[in-house]
Amino acid sequence: MKVSYFPGCTLKNKAKDLDIYAYKSADVLGVTLEEIENWQCCGGVFTTANDEVATKLSSVRALKYASDKNQPLVSVCSACHNVLKQTNYAMQTNTQFADKVNRYMAEDGAYNGETEVYHYLEMLRDLVTFDTLKEKVVNVLKGKKIAAYYGCLLLRPNTVMKMDDPENPTIMEDFIRALGADAVVYAKRNECCGGYISAQSPETAKKNSQAIIENAKAAGAEMIITACPLCKYNLVKSGADIPVVYFTELLAEALGVKEDTNE
Amino acid sequence: MNNRYLQKEILRISGADVSKCMRCGKCSGTCPAYDEMEYHPHQFANMVESGDIEPLLNSQSLYKCLSCFACIDRCPRGVEPAKIVEAVRLLATRKQGANHMTANDVPAIVDEDTPQQLLVSAFRKYTK
Repeated sequence: MKVSYFPGCTLKNKAKDLDIYAYKSADVLGVTLEEIENWQCCGGVFTTANDEVATKLSSVRALKYASDKNQPLVSVCSACHNVLKQTNYAMQTNTQFADKVNRYMAEDGAYNGETEVYHYLEMLRDLVTFDTLKEKVVNVLKGKKIAAYYGCLLLRPNTVMKMDDPENPTIMEDFIRALGADAVVYAKRNECCGGYISAQSPETAKKNSQAIIENAKAAGAEMIITACPLCKYNLVKSGADIPVVYFTELLAEALGVKEDTNE
Repeated sequence: MNNRYLQKEILRISGADVSKCMRCGKCSGTCPAYDEMEYHPHQFANMVESGDIEPLLNSQSLYKCLSCFACIDRCPRGVEPAKIVEAVRLLATRKQGANHMTANDVPAIVDEDTPQQLLVSAFRKYTK
């Protein structure tokens, strides 16, 4: 299976492990990630303003690229996925916005939201299937107590993202179980770490992140996994005393294409 | 002050329907930035409905919203408070010289682990 792949700015720099192990794991699972040529940064956060057009064009171009190749568009970073999916939804549902955008698309051709947008986790669940993933696991992570941290961007707004139940999600827990580990369920797994507020008020991010880590630890977590570089940064900077790793690192370890993830 | 022009602009930019609000306060109750805010999500909805826009435009609360969309998802009436905050913030930052952050702020923010995503997101939210 071939899919169009949008890595995003951070995955080529500070979050290389998110990217590298996404590729290595996809190989094992029979998925070819075809990186979009000349992709541009998604902007990190989706602007909900109806009259913001230019800030959404890089996403539309990525979506159009996948549509031309007749492939689903996959990303690993929660933020990129959120921006791409919300932009796609706006192109499908807001004709006035889509009309304005398409005035900028003369060279690429008009786009109206045809592309299927998947987060890598959704790709594992819906295209690869967790049953197939389970069969490919060579290092069963038995006995490891792992907490999934969803954060905000994978789940909300749910009318658009539709990944899972936004208040009681299971996709990451099912992923952890498919790798043979124990999924630790805790209340704050879909509460905000503070996000970009650490550029203005690091104390706020620290307070939010510490509450999440304490909640996960109280439920028995020995490790936290995330799909978002900024969540990982905020959790680690808040003084996490258990490992916080990308879900792709854990995946690659279970599939036998990475050394132990505890470091 | 009842500013109908700014009210209309905010409703146009956000697409939100403030008249649906039933004052339950769930948006503010679930807001992770509640403690930092002078005006809370439910107040944004209510003040925009009554046209009391100037205090919001001049409040630091505009820069406390984390865009986590919790208020949008958890509102039982579909009011979408975060979209209202975003529209008011854009009215503020679209003015010349009103950026809330500049490139000069970057050295003090970054350390060796800072993800690019942090700076990109912050600039998108705090500047125009």
